[in-house]
Amino acid sequence: MSDALIRNFIIPLTQVLVILGVASGAVAYMTLVERKILAFMQLRLSPRRVGPHGLLQPIADGIKLLLKEDITPDKADRILFTLAPIITVIPAFTALAVIPFSGGGTFQIFGYQVTPFIADVNVGLIFLLAISSLGIYGIMLGGWASNSKYPMLGALRSAAQMVSYEVPFGFSIIGVMMLSGTASMVGIVEAQKAAHVWYFLPQIFGLFVFFVSGVAETNRLPFDLPEAEAELVAGFHTEYTGMKFALYMLAEYTSMIVVASIVTTLFFGGWLRPFPNVEALGFLNFGLDRIHPVLPGYFWFLLKTFLVLFVYLWLRGTFPRYRYDQLMRLGWYWMIPLSILNVIVTGGVVLLLRR
Amino acid sequence: MFRTEMMDINMGPQHPSTHGVLRLKLILDGEIVTDTDVLIGYLHRGVEKLCESKNYHMIEPYTDRLDYVAAMYENLGYVETVEKLMGVTVPERAEYIRVITAELQRIASHLVWLGTHALDIGAMTVFFYCFREREILLDLFEAFCGARLTYNAYRIGGLPWDLPPGWTDRVRHFVKIFPGRQQEYDTLLTKNRIWLGRTKGVGILKAEDAIDFGVSGPCLRAAGISYDIRKAHPYSVYNRFQFDIPTGENCDTYDRYLVRMEEMRQSLRIVQQALDGLPGGEIMGKVPKRIKPPVGEVYHTVEGPRGELGFYIVSQGDDKPYRMRFRSPSFVNLQALPHMVKGSLVADVVAVIGTLDIVLGDVDR
Repeated sequence: MSDALIRNFIIPLTQVLVILGVASGAVAYMTLVERKILAFMQLRLSPRRVGPHGLLQPIADGIKLLLKEDITPDKADRILFTLAPIITVIPAFTALAVIPFSGGGTFQIFGYQVTPFIADVNVGLIFLLAISSLGIYGIMLGGWASNSKYPMLGALRSAAQMVSYEVPFGFSIIGVMMLSGTASMVGIVEAQKAAHVWYFLPQIFGLFVFFVSGVAETNRLPFDLPEAEAELVAGFHTEYTGMKFALYMLAEYTSMIVVASIVTTLFFGGWLRPFPNVEALGFLNFGLDRIHPVLPGYFWFLLKTFLVLFVYLWLRGTFPRYRYDQLMRLGWYWMIPLSILNVIVTGGVVLLLRR
Repeated sequence: MFRTEMMDINMGPQHPSTHGVLRLKLILDGEIVTDTDVLIGYLHRGVEKLCESKNYHMIEPYTDRLDYVAAMYENLGYVETVEKLMGVTVPERAEYIRVITAELQRIASHLVWLGTHALDIGAMTVFFYCFREREILLDLFEAFCGARLTYNAYRIGGLPWDLPPGWTDRVRHFVKIFPGRQQEYDTLLTKNRIWLGRTKGVGILKAEDAIDFGVSGPCLRAAGISYDIRKAHPYSVYNRFQFDIPTGENCDTYDRYLVRMEEMRQSLRIVQQALDGLPGGEIMGKVPKRIKPPVGEVYHTVEGPRGELGFYIVSQGDDKPYRMRFRSPSFVNLQALPHMVKGSLVADVVAVIGTLDIVLGDVDR
């Protein structure tokens, strides 16, 4: 095998497979973690029967969904009905390509240099925005192709919701790009390292807007209108069963993880250690910097991502659901002006500091 | 080139938030409800007709199956109606125990309402908190009469059993812990912005409309009318207790929420007073084995958790009623639904169904 073949084909393929595998596993166990945490908040037991403490529950769920009868409704548009979940799930996974799970150079494997992420694109953030918007098509097409009333209402809601929240979602990251001067995900983390401050401090409004829009983008409570089970039965995936339904779920949880990873990367310094990296948090450092070097970058990345995901679940355990019109009002009256204001203020400050 | 048309959508009878087998036909303009058709009868069992072929003792278990969320009140209303028809006096101890169990039942019923209402609006955790407290109450009922849902707890003329030992202490314990637990629901909902947004100004039912529809119970009181049968036409021993009738001002879902929350507190007050004043003595009045009320007819109402619960019996001097008729509050209150949701969004329909607090067993009978 030639060197170029390995370098340009085998290594990227392996990276993709490893990250896909890890991500799917994380998604599967995310469902279990969600159920465990919600159960803890709601004073009840979580799944405990399959394996010790229900640890094999995600696998059992997967097998169950695989074995379920795959029903396509008579009146549905067969091609689109099958295509829609695939269209949803592909962008969700594609977004993982540019997320830097760890930094600090490359691994040496059999004498080849391997990066701990798939690609460091110089327009990483823009790429993420573009990819994450594509998921709407799958949801809309799924709702439309079902040829049923509840899914159609759900699809219409999600279209309106995602289009409105796409705008503050995009605006809120401009502040980060202005501070770091790059759109590369790796570059943003490096900039935070150089600045000795993570961007959640200067960009607190940006973080707020980004996180709220992120929750809305991934259709989670309190913004889960497209699939509001109390109103629309199950929203856009009412008619879906078996593996197609599982794909929608997979996409939803992957998007959650992606949004949490983006929050970690943009605002919480990605793979960086808390101490002594952030000077402002130095007072919290009780000799922790001595054990730090042992812990690799991806440990910190995963820890931070998990904490962000925990907030997701916390929201779900606490809040009721917004109403459609209130959601739109929140988006257009509050989120978008706030994000634009954030851009203006950040831009002004950056300009002043540069003088 | 473009045209829009109304979409009629069928909500129920199998739908997660129609609280059973209610079926609504909604005519939607986009997401706005322009017209609603309430279709009922999916749980009709013909209890009224069945009662004509049962003797008076055998009817009581049937009343359990009407409003199965508050079966104590169905029992209470029924036995009091027959007692009224026969002119039986019930021993004081039995009356006090009836009041205690009935008021605890009101709390249990309101807990189901709060839990499911919040769940419909998306607040999942409240549901589990409410059912935690309801569990304590159901255990108490189980200790009292052996059943957790369909109690058949009273008898014509009194009670079948006295209280089990230690029961009053368990009730006192509940009375002590419940205000703290209610605080938890308060923290999760009362000042929550999303909850306010979802309930304020939603499903407005003005006082005059409420009276026209015959709406009773918390839905009427939230419209500002202080009408409670416990005060207006006191039955049992209610005239001996101090309690307030909470009323609302804005006639909306939020006010109905506040009224019911306050009713739980007032019920607790009544339970406390009844426990303190619980007399000893007999629990069964002088009633013949075979119940044969005199010829005549009688109508009696009690204030159930959902509103005015009425029983009408026509007796021909037989051991079976000639005609039996229930005035169920859920059925009457449900009439107001199309009026309340007209022009609102689909999400509000769910909130309004929740706030009306219907039980389909009570609607369809």
